[in-house]
Formats: sequence, C-alpha cells, structure tokens
Amino acid sequence: MGILDIKNVGKRFGGLQALGDVNLSVAENSCHAIIGPNGAGKSTLLNCLVGKLIPDTGSVMFDGKSVLGRKPYEINQMGISRVFQTPEIFGDLSVLENMLIPCFAKRDGSFTPNAFIDMYKDREIVERAEHMLEEMGMADARGDNAATMSRGNKRRLEIGMCLAQEPRLLLLDEPTAGMARADTNNTIDLLKQIKDERDITIAIIEHDMHVVFSLAERITVLAQGTPLVEDTPDKIKGHPKVREAYLGETQDAA
Amino acid sequence: MLGLDKKHTNLLLLVFVLTLLAPFILNPFPEGSGMAQFNAGYPDLMQRFVIFGIFAIGFNILFGLTGYLSFGHAAFLGVGSYAAMWMMKLLTMNIIPAIAVSVIVAGLFALLVGWISLRRSGIYFSILTLAFAQMSYALAYSVLTPITGGETGLQPKLQDPRILDGALEAGASPKANLFGLEMGSSFEWSVGSWLFTFNVGYYVAAIAMLASFYLAIRIFNSPFGMMLRAIKSNQQRLNYTGLNARPYTLAAFVVSGMYAGLAGGLMVAMDTQVGAERMFWTASGEVVLMTILGGAGTLIGPVLGAGMIKYMENIMSKINSTILHEWFAFLPDGLEDFVVTLIYPFIGKGWHLTLGLIFMLVVIFLPGGLVEGGQRIAKLFKRKNPSSDTPDGKTTPAE
Repeated sequence: MGILDIKNVGKRFGGLQALGDVNLSVAENSCHAIIGPNGAGKSTLLNCLVGKLIPDTGSVMFDGKSVLGRKPYEINQMGISRVFQTPEIFGDLSVLENMLIPCFAKRDGSFTPNAFIDMYKDREIVERAEHMLEEMGMADARGDNAATMSRGNKRRLEIGMCLAQEPRLLLLDEPTAGMARADTNNTIDLLKQIKDERDITIAIIEHDMHVVFSLAERITVLAQGTPLVEDTPDKIKGHPKVREAYLGETQDAA
Repeated sequence: MLGLDKKHTNLLLLVFVLTLLAPFILNPFPEGSGMAQFNAGYPDLMQRFVIFGIFAIGFNILFGLTGYLSFGHAAFLGVGSYAAMWMMKLLTMNIIPAIAVSVIVAGLFALLVGWISLRRSGIYFSILTLAFAQMSYALAYSVLTPITGGETGLQPKLQDPRILDGALEAGASPKANLFGLEMGSSFEWSVGSWLFTFNVGYYVAAIAMLASFYLAIRIFNSPFGMMLRAIKSNQQRLNYTGLNARPYTLAAFVVSGMYAGLAGGLMVAMDTQVGAERMFWTASGEVVLMTILGGAGTLIGPVLGAGMIKYMENIMSKINSTILHEWFAFLPDGLEDFVVTLIYPFIGKGWHLTLGLIFMLVVIFLPGGLVEGGQRIAKLFKRKNPSSDTPDGKTTPAE
C-alpha cells in the first residue's frame, strides 16, 4: 500500500483507449517517475488523479481515500498539489500575492468570505509567504509582477506555491518542458533539495531522461495506455522493452 | 484610519472632500455667463453623479476584480427601484426602509441570477445575464404590470396605505424624506453672481457613495478581493490551489447586485418614480462603459467614468446649433457656418458619437482607462523635474 494507489484505471475517449488497465502504487516519501513516448497516456493518467478527468473504470486511492468524483480543489485540499507543464501562476498578481494565495488556501480552506480584513495585516500568513519566497530564493522579487519573470523563475514560484500548501503528494507534469539547460538543472537541483529536506512524495511525468534519472527512485514506463515495466532507474535504463517502446529515444536523451 | 493604509486613507479623504465640495467645484462659472451652461452643480445632476458612481463601483467589484462581464446589471438597479417604491407606497416615505429593502431584494435577485449564470464563464455568462435582464424588462412591461405599473411605471399616490406615516394634509403630496428632511429641499447660497445649491438628497446620496467607496476599498485590500483578482488571472491555478471559485464569484456577484440595488433605491429616493426602461439593456451597457472608461479594476476609475458619462449626457447634449453659432460668431460668415456644420454632429443629440469616439480612443490608447491616463500624466511630471525630488540632484529611476 502506497500513499497513492491506482487500480485498474481505464479511460476511453471515443474510439481511443487512452488508458488500458493501469495499476500503479506510489510509496510514501518516494520519488516516482512515469515515463513513456508521446500518446502513452501520461497526461490522461495525471488528469485522472487531480479530478480533471474521471476514469471509466478502476479506482484511485490517496491515503486510503478515493479521489474519484471529487473536484480539483477538493483533491488539492486532501494534500495533492500539481505543477503544470506550462507554469500556471497568477500572472496579474505580484510574486508575494502569488505566494499568499496558497497560504490562505492552506489555513482557511476552499472558501472564506474574509472581505473586511487587510490581507497584509494577517501577519501569520504574510510571514509564512515571505518565508516560502526566501526559501525559493525569490524574496527580492516579491513586489514584481509575476508575469514578467523568466520561465525558470515562474516554475520556481509555482513549485513554491505548491509547497506552501505543505502537500503530501506533489505531482509534476513535465516540469522542465521548454526550458533552457541551465533552468532545467536549476529545477532538478530544487526538486532534489525538496526531496531531501521534506517529508513529501513526488510523482513526476517527464520526457527528459536526464531529469528522470537524476530524481526518480522508481520508474514506471507507460506505453499505449498500459504500464510496460516498473523498476529502479538502473534496471529501466537497460530494459529491452523500454528501448523498444521508445524506438531508441532513450539513447539520445540519456 | 478606519483600517486603511495611508495611501487609501488619502484617496478616501480626497473623494470625501470632492463630494462634500461638489456644489462649488461643479459650479465654477457665474450665473448668466456664456459658460454657465457647463455648470453641473445642480441637484439633479449631482445626485446622478453619485448614484451612478455607486452603481459603477459595485459593477467594478464583479467585472474589475473577477473579470466576469455581466451585461444585465441594470436588472438589479430596476428591481431595487421597484422594491424601494413599494416600501414608499406601503410603509413610509422615509427613505431608510426603502433603501434597506432595495439592497436586500436586489441582493436576493442577484443570488438567483448569479447562481444560474455563474455556471458558465466568458461570453456565455454575459449572454445569460443579458437574458435575465431583458426577461426582467419584458416582464415588468407585461405580466408583472400589477407590481410594476407597466408602461406608466410607479409613483407614490395619495391613496397609498403608508401605514407608518400619518395622514397627509389636504393638498399635500407625498415627498421622500429622511425623518422629515425632504430629499428635494435645497439651500441656495448666492455669492456675487455665483449660485451654489446644497441639496439634501445629494448629500444623502453622497454619504451612501462614500460608504460604498470605503467598502470597496476594504474589499479590494482583503484576501477575498485578492482571490477575486486571482480568478481573473488564472482560474485553473486557483482550482488547483484548493480554492473553490464558485462561491467567490457568486459572493462578488451578489455584492455588486446589492450595490446596484442601493443605486436603484437612491434613484427612487431622489426622484420618486420608477419605470421599466431603467432595466433596458442599454442601461446595463452604460455601466460597462462607465467602468471601462474610468478604468476597470481600479478604485476610483468607475466613479470617474460615471461622472464623465453623466456629465456628457446632461451637458454636452444641451448644446445646440444656436449656441454653436454664438461661440463662433467671431469667424467670417461662411467659415462660421462651415465650422458649426463640422462640429454639430458631435453635440446635442450627437453626444453619443463623441462618447463613442472617446471610448474608442480610451480602449485603444489607454486600456487602463482615465486612471491610466492620470498615471501617465503624473509620470510625465515626475520625469520632468527629477532634481526637485532628490536633494543631491541625482535622478531616481521611475518606479
């Protein structure tokens, strides 16, 4: 029993069987990567975990409770935070405000009509948000408009916002997609640091084998909607089935 | 002061002083002079400034913060007006119960409309609100005639029950009042050739406007207000940050509906009549224009926009060709006629054309509305004399 148990999950879009029969268990405080070629169903699987899609069959249990049928915000409040492929932040808001929102969400729940307090007078929240910004190394940018930041910094902020909620499970959807090498390495370092310093489970979907092999303790290879193999990175590297699924892609990337 | 930081306290004080002194500020030209027609300091128009200011402030809480463009806000204004009128017919001509009930009824109606409309976003939301408003308008004209008076609308009548008021004296007509202080009464102060009018109704509406403005500042600065801005910015991220957008948008919708109801109630308090045309879609469109013209999402913008549109509607529309001929009498005859012909389409009944042009210019060049225009001008002045800001004469980078 892991913190996240996916059992017999299937999802069909019209004539396309996006997910066949996925069984996957993510152990608590581990870093589990899900890899696979394009169209393997990685994103569909992720969307089934966060409430964006509801699978046709099977069950998804988080910490012993089913997440199926719950709305994304409810699943988030259960302790699952998601980082998107393109950084999703509040572009019109300042960096500090971006960080205040998850802090309020963590403490006050999904809806609080607190229309008559000044948010900056809520010292507990402001201090928490500033602490998180410092931890992410963005304290100097607190007043900047979040939309003006570099892609790498947006990603950093997004991860920081997820961490501010103290999630038990952090889901990352291709966290380094479209990034320059330097930004990719920074992100890997950040994730490594998070993994080492916190009691947190990380599930990561990734194309970039460099990222996967730097971070993951366990890897599941998904192909055509079904898990092909699940093993440690070392074993996955040389696995013939994986090479076959990727048609040699791994050799280039790794 | 009042739980606000220095910047917002100053803003509130500025608005307070401006509304308090409006009878002077809006009447800069002496009576009888050629410019007197530009004076806006008469009660009827001043009341409209503040009442539509309230309407736009409320609309801005929804549109400016969450980005949900309601195209049916006049419905709440109308419903508030009818509710206030019925309080005046049944209970008392005192405006307090009328206004209180108008806010409550408009809020409840907004809850119903919002509950349904907020299932969709973007253009579908706008269309749903528009449909509701047009439905209310059509109903008020037809099947709801017993309640709304249909085409004739409603006015207080002598034979209305008014259970809290004593019987009227013979020949007296029912007048809206605040514990006996009539809304229509004014104190006129003549200084030289200037005439200043201090109207009870205006000051009552102005107090309501200041309270609304203060409330809006508090909402803007609260975590609730930040969540509303977050909805506009990125609803997806909000959902995946454990926040439920629906109750936030619904609360904003109801609050802005209550603002519209307050405006409607005040309109009835100032001018004791109501008709269904108040709910027509053009009235809903007008508040959208006001908010965008002034600056959506800014605090003071909607008030400025409301003031500007109401000023143009009432002042520009009064200029006719005779007045134009007087102005350009100094030109040679042929040229005079030519200039007047050129300007004529933009004034009088053509004021909408001018408004349309201004609106286009603002949207294209000043997406932040009049407020952005003001900020740019302020920046220009800051850049011009940087040495006067810093004692050592070094220039400081602009913020």
